[in-house]
Amino acid sequence: MKLDILKQNLETVLGDKLAGISQRLNEITIEIRPAQWLEAAQTLRDHPDLRFEQLTDLCGMDYSAYGDGRWQGARFCVVTHLLSVSNNCRVRVKVFAADDDFPQVDSAIDIWPAANWFEREAFDLYGIIFTGHPDLRRLLTDYGFIGYPFRKDFPLSGNVEMRYDPEQRRVIYQPVSIEPRELTPRIVREENYGG
Amino acid sequence: MADIRNYTLNFGPQHPAAHGVLRMVLELDGEVVQRADPHIGLLHRGTEKLAEYKTFLQAVPYMDRLDYVSMMSNEHAYVMAIEKLLGLEVPIRAQYIRVLFDEITRVLNHLLWLGAHGLDIGAMTMFLYTFREREDLMDCYEAVSGARLHAAYYRPGGVYRDLPDTMPQYEAAKMKVHSAQAVADMNSNRQGSMLDFIEDFVRRFPACVDEYETLLTDNRIWKQRTVGIGVVTPERALALGLTGPMLRGSGVAWDLRKKQPYEVYDRLDFDIPVGVEGDCYDRYLVRMEEMRQSNRIIQQCVDWLRKNPGPVITDNHKVAPPSRVEMKQNMEELIHHFKLFTEGMHVPEGECYAAVEHPKGEFGIYLVSDGANKPYRLKIRAPGFTHMAAMDELARGHMIADVVALMGTFDIVFGEIDR
Repeated sequence: MKLDILKQNLETVLGDKLAGISQRLNEITIEIRPAQWLEAAQTLRDHPDLRFEQLTDLCGMDYSAYGDGRWQGARFCVVTHLLSVSNNCRVRVKVFAADDDFPQVDSAIDIWPAANWFEREAFDLYGIIFTGHPDLRRLLTDYGFIGYPFRKDFPLSGNVEMRYDPEQRRVIYQPVSIEPRELTPRIVREENYGG
Repeated sequence: MADIRNYTLNFGPQHPAAHGVLRMVLELDGEVVQRADPHIGLLHRGTEKLAEYKTFLQAVPYMDRLDYVSMMSNEHAYVMAIEKLLGLEVPIRAQYIRVLFDEITRVLNHLLWLGAHGLDIGAMTMFLYTFREREDLMDCYEAVSGARLHAAYYRPGGVYRDLPDTMPQYEAAKMKVHSAQAVADMNSNRQGSMLDFIEDFVRRFPACVDEYETLLTDNRIWKQRTVGIGVVTPERALALGLTGPMLRGSGVAWDLRKKQPYEVYDRLDFDIPVGVEGDCYDRYLVRMEEMRQSNRIIQQCVDWLRKNPGPVITDNHKVAPPSRVEMKQNMEELIHHFKLFTEGMHVPEGECYAAVEHPKGEFGIYLVSDGANKPYRLKIRAPGFTHMAAMDELARGHMIADVVALMGTFDIVFGEIDR
């Protein structure tokens, strides 16, 4: 399906549920308010003009350090990539969590079962709560892990390290002994730098 | 008779059929699985977070370490995402080389899958057969990139270098058990260029696939272990997010190489096999046919590459380094070289999703850049992740031994699932 037609369809079908739509690099990104996410998701899957049967990807996102802090607006976002096999098109859906201190988004697990582990992962790594998820446990990190490692304020080297303690004859956790180092600094150039 | 009939069983983390590190908690009623709860993350290295602290070029080798049996396909999705954000044109010869190696990688992956799947459910010989052919393809990896596994061969803007004119040889002095004549025989197809070697492989390979099929396709035990196991309907396969052979095995003709062609796939002639029943046996047949189709694609790429020399990486020196000779003689090129390898390239602000038809399914990279020399966010969409998530649903009602068959048919590699 041509992107222009898809864009038109999204605009007419979703109507005022659409908080934003943009087309760049041959991809369409739409933004949905968290309160209307489930309703919109249902439409995206079932409406005959859209029919996004497959949830390809769902991930969390932390915008707090974006562009060296020039980001305004909500900190956490859930980015979903949908694929329509029947119409051969994709769309990216962004849902920004309303509260930065307690990010919360409805779970899409009833609409796309594939969301199950993706949401567990986003919860594990970013601490985004998916309301309605039946089994929101940590997925990738260790049993009993503390913190949300992919948030921008979590250090790359982590907070604890693990080693075998010969005296206690078991594996123990202790504060990290390595210091974080940065070999190549992160630089955002102003526009048209160097021509 | 005891009253208690339910067991909870730990499958892994050290189980030979767990394909690496998987702990799966199985709730059993007798020998029948009631619930499967895979605990993944034992190989979690935080690749996505690490990439946020590396320049765009430095993150390429991390991609090899995701799915470590189809290295170059992972790199492909990553460099495609960068190229998309940069709006970069890749030389046509580089595109053919990429397709050639994508398909070599697909054969490599399917050979390992076939060997391991066979080994898991009792066909031990398969492993020995498939590793014989894998060896030749690994040599191609080595010849082109210097590494047998972690190639780092695809670069934003093209590939690292052109195909070599010679193949590495077996050395009689280092071979303890082989006679000089035997070594000469082993080197007989390595006398020409790499393309000659690949062409020789393409000629031999269909007979090898026939050989594998004589061992398995009509084998009674093989069928008893795979027919009717892990059946997925097409609707359910889409809802569960299955991709690649897992989806095609259920009869959905969906292949990114055909439906959303990238590089030069739209110029090549190949077919997409689909299954009917959606069970392990159909997925086996689909993958066997995919190997034959990959072989066809490789042949077409070899023919094209022989006739059409040209550059293999872009001449935009903000993205790709200049040649050594130019760099030593020209001040501007020296600066380009220095800036590229210290600060790295700056990718324009924006976000994009690039996906390739990885041997295991759809491998996608969601890349967000805020204009810096490092990615702001890199999300890896690994095909095995959704397949593993479907384990619970597929395993219910099957026996413990069928869980092993399911693991085989998923083509699990933990490097990509745990990332």
